[in-house]
Amino acid sequence: MAEQGRFLTYAEALREAMAQEMRRDPRVFLLGEDIGAFGGPFGVTAGLLEEFGPERVRDTPIAEAGFFGLAVGAAMGGMRPVVEVQYSDFLPSAMDAIVNAAAKMRFMSAGVWGVPMVIRAPTGASNRGPTHSQSLEPWFMNVPGLKVVCPSTPYDAKGLLTQAIQDEDPVLCFEHRMLYGSRSPGGSMKSAWGEMESLQTPVPEEPYTVPFGQAAVRRQGSDVTVVATLLMVHKSLRVAKELALQGVEVEVIDPRTLVPLDKGTILESVAKTGRLVVAAEGPKTSGLTAEIAAFVAEEGFDLLQAPIQRIASLDSPVPLATIAERFVLPGEADVRMAIEAVLRRSRPDPID
Amino acid sequence: MSAASPPLEVMLDLYARLVRTRCFEETVYNLFLTEEMQGTVHLSTGQEAVSAGVCAHLRPDDFLVPSFRGHGEFLAKGGSPRAAMAEVFARDTGCARGMSGSMHLGDPSLNIVPGVAIIGEGLAIAAGLALSAVMQGSDRVAAVFFGDGTVNCGYFHEALNLAAIWRLPVVFVCANNLYAFSTPISQMMAVGTVAERAACYGMEGLRLDGNDILAVYAAAGDAIEKARRGGGPTLLECMTYRLRGHSRTEPGRYRPEGELDAWLARDPLPRFRSQLTALGSGVESQVQTIEAEVEAQIADAVQFARASPDPEPDLPLRLVFSDTGGDIRNG
Repeated sequence: MAEQGRFLTYAEALREAMAQEMRRDPRVFLLGEDIGAFGGPFGVTAGLLEEFGPERVRDTPIAEAGFFGLAVGAAMGGMRPVVEVQYSDFLPSAMDAIVNAAAKMRFMSAGVWGVPMVIRAPTGASNRGPTHSQSLEPWFMNVPGLKVVCPSTPYDAKGLLTQAIQDEDPVLCFEHRMLYGSRSPGGSMKSAWGEMESLQTPVPEEPYTVPFGQAAVRRQGSDVTVVATLLMVHKSLRVAKELALQGVEVEVIDPRTLVPLDKGTILESVAKTGRLVVAAEGPKTSGLTAEIAAFVAEEGFDLLQAPIQRIASLDSPVPLATIAERFVLPGEADVRMAIEAVLRRSRPDPID
Repeated sequence: MSAASPPLEVMLDLYARLVRTRCFEETVYNLFLTEEMQGTVHLSTGQEAVSAGVCAHLRPDDFLVPSFRGHGEFLAKGGSPRAAMAEVFARDTGCARGMSGSMHLGDPSLNIVPGVAIIGEGLAIAAGLALSAVMQGSDRVAAVFFGDGTVNCGYFHEALNLAAIWRLPVVFVCANNLYAFSTPISQMMAVGTVAERAACYGMEGLRLDGNDILAVYAAAGDAIEKARRGGGPTLLECMTYRLRGHSRTEPGRYRPEGELDAWLARDPLPRFRSQLTALGSGVESQVQTIEAEVEAQIADAVQFARASPDPEPDLPLRLVFSDTGGDIRNG
């Protein structure tokens, strides 16, 4: 184990955030499909029904549009709903409530009437095929009024979710399905837990928040900046560790929150390294990597020694067959090649 | 007038709500004709008895989820004509500071949600507002307005079911004006009434004459009282007709000849007016006083809106989030 301390799986950390916030604030309650006695499809809410009862751990019909819209109303009525969707792939069924209601109520009430709701969405590929594998985070970055967070460690899972519940605005919390951890009940998932030292972050027992808009520098380095989210953080850290043996120092930055986005930390790193690789799951076209690459090109062009490289899924639905899934998804080899590519390039010295 | 009629002062109050919406909307229509206004408007002219009859029962702390055809709903719950008119004019003094317009009239201090312009969404929001009331142990209720065009979308099914399984204090008010924009509702439903659909959710559904303000007032009173006592939701189908087109100056030519005239004869305003004045010789002057007051009020609202400044161009960036405003993304 890399560090001493109290270790929780990512799922346990999320559960602890909800339980502590529910104890602290009677307005907080949970809504979702099979979250009560069953404990949620990934076991994140296991045991919460016993402590908080069916009023506050509220199983819903399979009706995402309806119960997301209902959550908007409950939040406007003074509650703090935390809504779980079983797979982020089902968010399109609730799109109107999120995009036209939750995101715009404050705006349409002269800034007064907010919608303090949290949407927990398991995201990313985990060998479940085309409609249970997507990474839809960038869709929501494109809607002013929504905050978007993506914890990659148990520490951040608890801290970001706690902050999300306390936040006055609607927050989407994208949780990567491969990060929940092998100790989650009901999970025989192919978890990366145990294989990834970087996932083993101590989680303090007392409540704490991770503020929005502050990226984490997961590894310091002077040669290349890699900005990565969720599972790609861990894949990038593995590559960085290997490359360090060859004398290449990679700086890995995890934005942690996509809206708000900590542009400053990313630009500072690029100022140091002169080279940028951006890595995220989800298709490349109009994706998360596009947004980050675009703002660095816009605001940090003079800092760059080489063209920005983007690592993303190929523009295909995520296939089931493992060999094809690996082909479509971004992997460690892609990160390594991108880093090597930006290292081979540099600008000629300016002629004075 | 039947023995069950409410006291005269209540009826005069209902009449004032009716006239206020009519006067507001006819004024808006004329201002649109002169192209003084921006955006779009959807008038409820001819349907005012529905909003007035229901909203007269709502307490300030009750929730209202208006439709995009919501001038009457907003005004009937006590929304300010000045704030409404200024919003239709897209001025800084409007209820959404000119950011949203006619379709989204709301007032947090009166628990009026900004009007919902996505069909069906408001029904789910109303269920959630009602859930918050229940979870907080209050006896507040939520009323939501929508047209017949809403009843075939998924939200209708999901929201009515949610409200029914959790016995939420919601009154679902369908103003059935026979047309979803240009499409006759009879072509889009294989059952005869909206109200009968309530049964499949385990909910009470009633169809009533939506142009009879006293019928609306009585049915809404029962439904709201039932919701307040924990008796769960009700679906009210109020049969009515919009005397103008769907939006702006759209003329409504999809309607068969003679239909408009038949409904003009049932216009809720002259109908209720004559019911009132028949009550006694003194009532006519009270009615005239109300009409004069309302006319002055709406004229004042227009003057107020015209004299109000435009919003600052960068105001939108300050209204997006609770904390750092638009700077969170635009900095």
